[in-house]
Amino acid sequence: MPDYAWPDAEYRSLIGKRIPRVDSPEKVTGRAKYTYDVQRPGMLYGKVIRCPYARAKVLSIDTSSAEKMPGVKAVHIVQQPGQTIFWAGDDVVAVAAIDELTAEDAATLVKVEYQPLSHLVSDAEPPGDAGGPPGSMGQDDIWDLTDELSDEEVIAELEKRGVQFKATPAVLAQLRKFKMPDAIVDAIAKAPYRPLEVEDQNSSSPYQKARTIVQGDPDRAFQEADVVSEGLYGLSVIAHCCFESHGSVMEWPDSDHLFTHMSTQGVAAIGAQLAEPLNIPAANVRVHQDHIGGGFGSKFAVDRWHVAAAQLSKKAGGQPVRIMLERDAELQVAGARPSAYARVRLAAKNDGSVTGWQSQSWGTSGPGGGSSPPIPLVFAIPNQRKDHTAIRNNIGPGRAWRAPSYPQGALITMCALNDLAAKLRVDPLDLWIKNLDLASRQATTFREELGIAAQLMGWKQKWRPRGQNKSGSIARGLGLSIHNWGGRGHACECDVAIHPDGSVDIKMGTQDLGTGTRTVITVVAAETMGLPVEAIHLQIGDSQYPSAGVSGGSSTVGGVSSAVRRGAVDARDLLFSKVAHTLSAQPDQLECVNGMVRVKNDAGRSLSWKQACRRLGAMPVTARGSNPAKHQPPDLTGSGVGGVQMAEVEVDLETGIVQVKKMVAVQDCGLIIDLKSAESQVLGALIMGISYSLFEEKVMDPTTGRMLNADMEFYRLAGLGDIPELVVHMMTGKGYDEHGVIGLGEPPVISPGAAIATAVANAIGVTAPFLPLTPDRVLHTLSQKAGA
Amino acid sequence: MSEDSNEKDPLQEEQSQSGVSRRDFLKISGISAAVPLVAGAEVVTADDKKVPVYGPGKLAMEFTINRKKYKADLAPRVTLLDALRDHFQLRGAKRVCDRGECGACTVLMDDRVVYSCMVLAIEAQAAQITTVESLACGNQLHPVQQAFVDHDASQCGFCTPGFVMACKAFLDKHPKPTTEDIRRGVSGNFCRCGTYDGIKQALAQLARKELRHA
Repeated sequence: MPDYAWPDAEYRSLIGKRIPRVDSPEKVTGRAKYTYDVQRPGMLYGKVIRCPYARAKVLSIDTSSAEKMPGVKAVHIVQQPGQTIFWAGDDVVAVAAIDELTAEDAATLVKVEYQPLSHLVSDAEPPGDAGGPPGSMGQDDIWDLTDELSDEEVIAELEKRGVQFKATPAVLAQLRKFKMPDAIVDAIAKAPYRPLEVEDQNSSSPYQKARTIVQGDPDRAFQEADVVSEGLYGLSVIAHCCFESHGSVMEWPDSDHLFTHMSTQGVAAIGAQLAEPLNIPAANVRVHQDHIGGGFGSKFAVDRWHVAAAQLSKKAGGQPVRIMLERDAELQVAGARPSAYARVRLAAKNDGSVTGWQSQSWGTSGPGGGSSPPIPLVFAIPNQRKDHTAIRNNIGPGRAWRAPSYPQGALITMCALNDLAAKLRVDPLDLWIKNLDLASRQATTFREELGIAAQLMGWKQKWRPRGQNKSGSIARGLGLSIHNWGGRGHACECDVAIHPDGSVDIKMGTQDLGTGTRTVITVVAAETMGLPVEAIHLQIGDSQYPSAGVSGGSSTVGGVSSAVRRGAVDARDLLFSKVAHTLSAQPDQLECVNGMVRVKNDAGRSLSWKQACRRLGAMPVTARGSNPAKHQPPDLTGSGVGGVQMAEVEVDLETGIVQVKKMVAVQDCGLIIDLKSAESQVLGALIMGISYSLFEEKVMDPTTGRMLNADMEFYRLAGLGDIPELVVHMMTGKGYDEHGVIGLGEPPVISPGAAIATAVANAIGVTAPFLPLTPDRVLHTLSQKAGA
Repeated sequence: MSEDSNEKDPLQEEQSQSGVSRRDFLKISGISAAVPLVAGAEVVTADDKKVPVYGPGKLAMEFTINRKKYKADLAPRVTLLDALRDHFQLRGAKRVCDRGECGACTVLMDDRVVYSCMVLAIEAQAAQITTVESLACGNQLHPVQQAFVDHDASQCGFCTPGFVMACKAFLDKHPKPTTEDIRRGVSGNFCRCGTYDGIKQALAQLARKELRHA
């Protein structure tokens, strides 16, 4: 039986150490090639003509002048006259020309007439009487319902409401792959298709009330409560703002094969999505990507502009066509994290035990409306009543953003608990600890992490009751938040080959989003073969390699680590079987250590790695590694992590400016492969968290329905000067390593907003309800407090 | 977008008032009289000064980039960034914001740090241009690059070449920066993944070791 299990700590030479990222040299020298950098022979540049209205009907399109312009090679109408546009910036026509400036000029010659229609871009609290019946369901809605209802109830909802998307075989297969129960998938296939139509939006309310969710006996919990605390909390819509914008280069080597360089989070999966609108078999699509300049959840789908580039290429006789979004389009249409707001009431006993939760929440993810946030997060408060209203508006489609809905859930939950702690006049840290039993599975982890975090922050020394830590106009405060996440490794495969000259190569159709995927694959293979990381030649980012799952939900590191461990063990064991007789040993008596193949406990009987590989003869040995591999235990990946974050802030009460002075993150993610990139991932999440807590907001103009800050001057990101002392502590060793490898992309980005918002409340004496905590919002909160 | 539809519509008016976009305007207005290298330009008098007028067609241009000569026929509205990337295959500098807000396209013009998206190629002809491609000698990384590797100062890496150039120029001018200098010194560059902590550590290490060379 092959020994796939992760080596015990004392036998690890690389795993768990701080290994430099293997692709850093390419990145710091500018040699790393992104889709944005691809220049194919004869490549044409595509530009997209975008609708200036938030909602409009296309009346007519005249492309004749553009088509006549010298240098223009193809024009493609993306949305025909008669079609309705649901957000400003949506693609209407695309042109391709010999260079970018010609394409830009040609785009100005395309004439489109629109009939502007009324629009809504606000996500303000719905009026009390608002709320139509729930409309047709998106995939997110269905996933949400499967968490809350029985399969039969979900199926009944599907029959009644229908679905917003076309239930194609590819979509259904994807849902099955993500473990949607078969009966529900069958019901989706049969459910009426009800796309979001203009008439639909006109005739029905933009406010869609979800079913009220009741757990336990909330009425009684509030009647019997010693203390009831109330508050309003929320986060605005923010943009993903990937530095490498969305886009691709599309070409047709022949009339029914498509080759694309694409900026995508799913090299192996995106081809099937692309094949469908182009009406070719998925097998005829090849996708390639070396590096990707950010995704954060916004690069899973085939977007209109990808299909448009492929259509333009086809019209231009197969010549490569490049469409990469301009910055304004990137911010307008290529990524929006849904907003979430809630009025929350909490019931508690005088001893601090929380007994009841009641919330009216709302939010938007654009035309689809979106789903309710996971509240209360972490704490399974026994008695709950929750109402949610989704606002279907015209801000552009929402997309998954790291840990979808969890940062929203954390902010609402932790701010509410923090207000309760203030009402009870207790240190929130004590309130959190008091209620940890509600965090069932991870209670032990949280308890340990809270202790470490408190020490690293100096919480007990620094903490003061609300509004009681001031000098001059500067108020100081501490806040905290805890979060959980799954993070099990996704399905993926790789091929591992050991060649007679001793070289090792691995092929895997995965992608490295900058999270360190290349590094962890290399470290696992090198550890398994007793080689240095430089000895491993790794190729990823091509759909011709064995398939790996999309990089989402923190599923990559667990998936690729497990698959490569299995493949490397099998390849190594094949090598052992070829050299065992030379060492007068059985294959299972051999081990690979420090570049040697040797007999265990007998260092005298050994071959160098190269000598051993020479025994292979003419052919390499190859093995396919897979995750999961249920028939071959052990399970090398796991699920369920916990993290704690604390923030220390200073607020200038005169200007309203919030400065984060220190953040502490304590995080578990099972067995860590590369400690360095794990720490970087947490540091990056804290920084991104400071950015969305203090600066980021997609600002919509109610009059024109357009985004007002679709550039990087007014869509402000945190800069280096905004970043304080950051302390990261990873939970490793006994009690953590044995959980297997678990993902880290989402967990640490869940809590920063909540930690910072609760710290600001502690500083200024009252909770400023909405992120980002810009000076105007802080001053407004202070003036309301003064007036109250 | 329609140019002849309803005139009362502010959106449509904005498009039709001028044939020059904001981006083009920024670029046109940036051309100074100190652009002598293109022969045969038409000269007009504006504000009592003789001003050469170039384009709209392509012109022969010459550049010195990383101590090598480059030639290309480019339209006067082509930016230095696009010339580097599209014409000279130097794609380390990245186009992200395309209007001087993010720093991903940072290069040096003589010893001045510039956003190459805000410089017209035609203006850059007389200068010594230095791009990220010139820093390493083969596999031997420049100390700034090595410090970025040591402190894991890149994640997706798209902002990294711009940051490397900004950090190099900053340290050249401030060999012994204080923490406060570091906080402000590269504030013209942004990162989305959140690598600032690594960049700060890299700069602090370089400030201590004084390993820099020009």
